[in-house]
Amino acid sequence: MSQAANPAADGKIKIAIDPMTRVEGHLKIEVEVKDGKVVDAKCFGGMFRGFEQILKGRDPRDSSQIVQRICGVCPTAHCTASVMAQDEAFGVKVPANGRITRNLIFGSNYLQSHILHFYHLAALDYVKGPDVSPFVPRYANADLLTDRITDPAKAEATNTYGLNQYLKALEIRRICHEMVAMFGGRMPHVQGMVGGGATEIPTVEKLAEYAARFKEVQKFVVEEYLPLVYTLGSVYTDLFATGVGYKNVIAFGVFPQDDEHKTFMMKPGVYIDGKDEEFDPKLIKEYVGHSFFDYSAPGGLHYSAGETVPNPDKKGAYSFVKAPRYKDKPCEVGPLARMWVENPELSPIGQKLLKDLYGIEAKKFRDLGDKAFSIMGRHVARAEETWMVAVAVEKWLKDIKPGEETYAKPEIPDAGEGTGFTEAPRGSLLHYLKIKDKKIDNYQIVSATLWNCNPRDDMGQRGPVEEALIGVPVPDIKNPVNVGRLVRAFDP
Amino acid sequence: MSLSRREFVKLCSAGVAGLGISQIYHPGILHAMTEGAKKAPVIWVQGQGCTGCSVSLLNAVHPRIKEILLDVISLEFHPTVMASEGEMALEHMYAIAEKFKGNFFLLVEGAIPTAKEGRYCIVGETLDAKGHHHEVTMAELIRDLAPKSLATVGIGTCSAYGGIPAAAGNVTEAKSLKDFFAAEKIDKLLVNVPGCPPHPDWMVGTLVAAWSHVLNPKEHPLPELDDNGRPMLFFGDNIHETCPYLDKYDASDFAPTFTKPGCKAELGCKGPSTYADCAKRRWNNGINWCVENAVCIGCVEPDFPDGKSPFYVAE
Repeated sequence: MSQAANPAADGKIKIAIDPMTRVEGHLKIEVEVKDGKVVDAKCFGGMFRGFEQILKGRDPRDSSQIVQRICGVCPTAHCTASVMAQDEAFGVKVPANGRITRNLIFGSNYLQSHILHFYHLAALDYVKGPDVSPFVPRYANADLLTDRITDPAKAEATNTYGLNQYLKALEIRRICHEMVAMFGGRMPHVQGMVGGGATEIPTVEKLAEYAARFKEVQKFVVEEYLPLVYTLGSVYTDLFATGVGYKNVIAFGVFPQDDEHKTFMMKPGVYIDGKDEEFDPKLIKEYVGHSFFDYSAPGGLHYSAGETVPNPDKKGAYSFVKAPRYKDKPCEVGPLARMWVENPELSPIGQKLLKDLYGIEAKKFRDLGDKAFSIMGRHVARAEETWMVAVAVEKWLKDIKPGEETYAKPEIPDAGEGTGFTEAPRGSLLHYLKIKDKKIDNYQIVSATLWNCNPRDDMGQRGPVEEALIGVPVPDIKNPVNVGRLVRAFDP
Repeated sequence: MSLSRREFVKLCSAGVAGLGISQIYHPGILHAMTEGAKKAPVIWVQGQGCTGCSVSLLNAVHPRIKEILLDVISLEFHPTVMASEGEMALEHMYAIAEKFKGNFFLLVEGAIPTAKEGRYCIVGETLDAKGHHHEVTMAELIRDLAPKSLATVGIGTCSAYGGIPAAAGNVTEAKSLKDFFAAEKIDKLLVNVPGCPPHPDWMVGTLVAAWSHVLNPKEHPLPELDDNGRPMLFFGDNIHETCPYLDKYDASDFAPTFTKPGCKAELGCKGPSTYADCAKRRWNNGINWCVENAVCIGCVEPDFPDGKSPFYVAE
């Protein structure tokens, strides 16, 4: 954290947090604080690698391997988007068993990613670690559980409960990766998903190995992860009332439940200006007004006409992230968006704890109302979704047919195109593939971090994380803990 | 460091087949590790990468990541794991580099972009005495820290050889540590632990071997490295030669598609030109490995990905 030496004449104090740690990738956050609250914010994406250029001219099948290296936390999401784009471009019909095997691979990484996020990326904003690196240094006034709970014995006990879970979650997330590898080959970066299906036919023995690990993970989610999130929220009730954002959300749908991709475990949909709408991919545009990229003409571009020409010298730009918009509006993506669109019934333990700890009678996710659009609301959405994925994995384990074909060999066409729409654990993801002369002619990626952590667009609208930062309390500018809490709640 | 003898043997031996402990591991090392209270100071920085190497490290089994963090290394800086953020995190990192000058390991994940003065990867910012913000590039960070380290370790194929950020078509002039050191005239011991990602055992094993050497150089010579800077202990085997499907290859019994039995050579397997102990060690606690599931794409090699691409066409 660095701050300007003197507040400006208007009483605003600028604070920069760079690096924003415990996120995947390179992120800087700059906020202006006035009277103890954030009044303006900027999200800076500090790295560019150029996947879209690197993919051009390659064998289209290579894309599902190359794109996984965009993110080592969610490679299975990028792989899923890529193989779906390949399926469409190749005109290949994936066998039902291939679809379910892909769900088992991707689903187990969902469990891994959500658990890793809450415990190993977010929790240290609340739980005090041991006094050794990497748990120190930390903010002097960090507003941890041990600071919040006044009874010292109870404070210590609650913190120890959280810390023990942090360590146990390291084991649990590793076990999730063993589930991914069971049919994915290895993890991070799986081999098991390709255009046309999945490369390994599940056997009875391997399904039993998968199921045994899954039982342990499911138990942890129900007995430890969900209760901890609700317990934490009952200590930090104020964090249910901050970090609202635009309240515009979008979801592409994830985990197809039928071979025509008509039904999903989490459905596609849009919620804008208080109204539910059908998702229409034609309404997506990417802007670069404040991003380090040049377009051949002014305005936004649909991804099928996408251009990626970086220019780090561009005046007025401050991020390597483009600004995607739906109907020209900034939209939040991620667990909160998916849960709001799907509006499922909450877990039994969630319903009970909401009643016991908060006095809230909530049956479905939208019963949380405005509390959902908050720092803690996003953690609740993620934990509840983890439970839903676990329920779905149980179903897929019943649906899968041991020994049955998972793959249909595709032919690479001379020309073609395809789009893979899915949801990474951290939000909506699409890959667009265009083939010419059997090679990749154009490849465009619109990832979750682009949707959430983008800079201002050509119209001057803030990105969703920038907007959600407005109003976040920063009572002590030397210890701006709530800024990191808000940003991490998005799992950028 | 406190590792039990059993844990250490498990780390260095590769599953059931048993790679065996190399001769560099004199029994004295076990004593050094169980008796030596000193933890190895580690600064882990990230450039143009995906965090996949860090996530792979979390998958360590013998020893587990909890033991590595609490007993084996002192992880002073790691962007994805550490509690601190912003200037406090950077100040701590620079202070540790001074305090342990010549005695810490610099672990580098991700490539180093050199185009546009390195501005394709900003890793943080500092504030000078006059209150001016200064953006720290990955290139500047390596320039500052590598000369002060005991040794610099290229974790993963991006930092070891350039990897995907340095593949054909890139506009950022991404460099490996070796090429960056040569261009900047940095003279420092460099060890590569490639892989996209590297196996957790390769990372932990290399660190343990190097730190044992530091604690007792007479008994523990530095691990032998191959021409590409990789420890022979983990990267000495040819995947094809150690592959359980080798007899299928010899019998010309080739799999026609992924889900049919046989050697995967005709599906594009790059095992014959790839050196690592994956076939014996296997991945994710021995659950599976790439060739059993699909094909090897040669992710530990200096010519990955361009020399291994197209991945699904026979060499």
